Amino acid sequence: MSEAAVGVATRWAGGVCPFDAGWKKVMMWVFIITDGLLFAGFLAAYGYARLMSGVWPDQTEVFSLPFIAAMTFVLITSSATMATAVWASETGQTASARRYVTFTLVGGLTFLGMQAYEWTHFIGEGARLASNPWGDPLFAAYFFLLTGFHGSHVLTGLIVLTKTVLGLSTGKTPVANVEMAGLYWHFVDLVWVFIFTFFYLI
Amino acid sequence: MSQDSFIRRYVFSTDHKIIGIQYILTGFAMALVGAWLSVLIRLQLAWPLRLWPWLETLMPNGYLGGVMAPEFYVALVTMHGTIMVFFFISYVLVSGFGNYLVPLQIGARDMAFPFLNMLSYWIALLSALVMLASFLVEGGAAAAGWTAYPPLSAVASAMPGSGLGQSVWLLSMALFIASFTMSGLNIVATVFTLRAPGMSMWRLPLTIWSYFISAILGLLAFPPLTAAAIMLLFDRHLGTSFFLPGGMVVANQVLEHQGGSPLLWQHLFWFLGHPEVYVLILPALGIAADIMPVFTRKPLFGYRISVWSLIGVGVLSMIVWGHHMFVSGMSPFTGEYFSLATMLITIPMAVYGVNMMASLWGGTMRLTTPMLFALGALAFFGTGGFGGIFLGNATADMQLHDTYFVVGHFHLMIGGVTLLGTFAAVYFWFPKMFGRLMSPVLGRIHFWGTFAPFFTIFFAQHFLGLQGMPRRYYAFSTYEYLEGTQSQNVIITVVVLVLVAVQFVFAFNFVWSLLRGATASENPWEATTLEWTVASPPPHGNFGDAAPDVHRWAYEYSAEGQSSDYAPQTVTSSDVPVTA
Repeated sequence: MSEAAVGVATRWAGGVCPFDAGWKKVMMWVFIITDGLLFAGFLAAYGYARLMSGVWPDQTEVFSLPFIAAMTFVLITSSATMATAVWASETGQTASARRYVTFTLVGGLTFLGMQAYEWTHFIGEGARLASNPWGDPLFAAYFFLLTGFHGSHVLTGLIVLTKTVLGLSTGKTPVANVEMAGLYWHFVDLVWVFIFTFFYLI
Repeated sequence: MSQDSFIRRYVFSTDHKIIGIQYILTGFAMALVGAWLSVLIRLQLAWPLRLWPWLETLMPNGYLGGVMAPEFYVALVTMHGTIMVFFFISYVLVSGFGNYLVPLQIGARDMAFPFLNMLSYWIALLSALVMLASFLVEGGAAAAGWTAYPPLSAVASAMPGSGLGQSVWLLSMALFIASFTMSGLNIVATVFTLRAPGMSMWRLPLTIWSYFISAILGLLAFPPLTAAAIMLLFDRHLGTSFFLPGGMVVANQVLEHQGGSPLLWQHLFWFLGHPEVYVLILPALGIAADIMPVFTRKPLFGYRISVWSLIGVGVLSMIVWGHHMFVSGMSPFTGEYFSLATMLITIPMAVYGVNMMASLWGGTMRLTTPMLFALGALAFFGTGGFGGIFLGNATADMQLHDTYFVVGHFHLMIGGVTLLGTFAAVYFWFPKMFGRLMSPVLGRIHFWGTFAPFFTIFFAQHFLGLQGMPRRYYAFSTYEYLEGTQSQNVIITVVVLVLVAVQFVFAFNFVWSLLRGATASENPWEATTLEWTVASPPPHGNFGDAAPDVHRWAYEYSAEGQSSDYAPQTVTSSDVPVTA
């Protein structure tokens, strides 16, 4: 057997986790895949409706794409600060980790604020769950569904981040929990990239 | 509250064994309800015009004037399916035995996250109670079928059961999905991270492989259904039209909905629904295959190929959902793809079944009760599987869709294989769970009284389907071409009554053995897996302070030149040579 094959064999031989991670992190990964499929379901449904629809509104006329791009930028920046926080936590720089998680928190709050503004604007122009001025009634329905569920995930992420910041202050949050908060936050950002691409751009 | 109090140990316990038993008992209680509903369904089908005054006293809304109300009949069909699939088989076989067996057979002290496990059970119990409560709400229980197809499930005024009953149904399913997800996360994380030293993936018993794959499938398949259920709630309560097209007329009024498609629901539902049947049936197949070597005293045939078959089935099960929708106006090209993919999935399933049969070849049979049930599961699996080949072909399915052929097929498969697999598991692990043996005589009566009637009922239904008898109709007396089926329906109903009556033998055996059964030793079946190396019932923490050391696979039987004909997985290679 080659060295790599022996490595694989011992990794999976029992008595240890094959992924160099505790069960918590493994469970988090599996949960993220599961949660990802929830959005896959929403997005697949949206794709179906889009293909069925004769007249889908032109997004560039409805939304201000520069504004959405700014939202995306804020969220991706918050992912970068989160990655820095995880790195700082892993290398034992707790104060720095706390600072970067706080930056992430601010980024997430900014994103949610911008989304609240976008919703207000959209509703002000006459968009409702069941109808909208631009044609296909499903257009606004899917808008609220997709961005609403993503927003609720961002909100959950903010709660997790707040808990992480508080825990880092009191020294109660282990490195693994910062890593898991990071995994969840990156996941929420990744989902937004899909929503941005499929709902706003294409 | 102290760790040792009765409540902490037996009610709010985080011990996977107690949680498993709680799931099993809850599931059997739900099975009683499901069986009662099926009796009502069968009485109606056998004697459609008869008056049932005593049933009217019991259920005044369902039997107005002594005659079954059509709305009540569809609610019965819906709730029978929902309860049996989600609250009986899922609870007893998947969550119940899954919880009990996974840590024990991989050599772990408990599940990865015991508190989450306990939470999952209590949410599951709540979900079951909410589902039962839906019988009591105005308009009665949900009546759109266990598949909850819109528009019946989406328009509250469509029929009585579409109102509050459907909302409660959706609430219960939301709780169920949350609970099932927690349970699945635990099983996957546990199998990945908590295997005992030496318990490599290739030494896992097939039971564990089947639970592992079943949990992964559940985790991948349920979220899209969750998405669909959320959208259905939006349609019902917030006026959206995800699943509702324009121009629909209900009660002489044109609905305001427009733009949606009920077919979207069918796609999202069956994307869950098809993997879900494998979530249920794989554990039964894993258990049946694992019981056979114990009672043939020879190694399982083709272990690795069986594992690859399970993995193959898992992968393929995610891409065949369209074969439930051949008559929905699907493009013939799509239909052809789904037919092909469905034919493809029969290959790993057939390999697995043939491996089970080959495992019997040349064995020294011990026809104990669990072995009988395992053999019965194999027999149902073969017969039901052949029906599946007909239904998986779009051309044949056009004729057979929504007939009793389908009813017969899926009852043999996710009804029969899982039921017999569940009983095999109960008889096999009862000594481990409660430290007592079940009566083999009553077990034998129970087996033949279950196997023969069950097969008769659902094999016969295939022929009703070939005669064109549609499912979910509440009376057939008005269709001339079905007049000939009446006598067959009467026979089936009588056999159903026998089948249900025999289950009380099982209930008696269970309770009597629990109180008076002979004391079981550590390893009454002379089996090799890890749970048989500890006391019956195993103590809290299962294996004491140190995890067991695993030295071999789970099928070391008929080892040559040894004093006993088997070697548990913990026996070292210096004592008995390791074959795998």
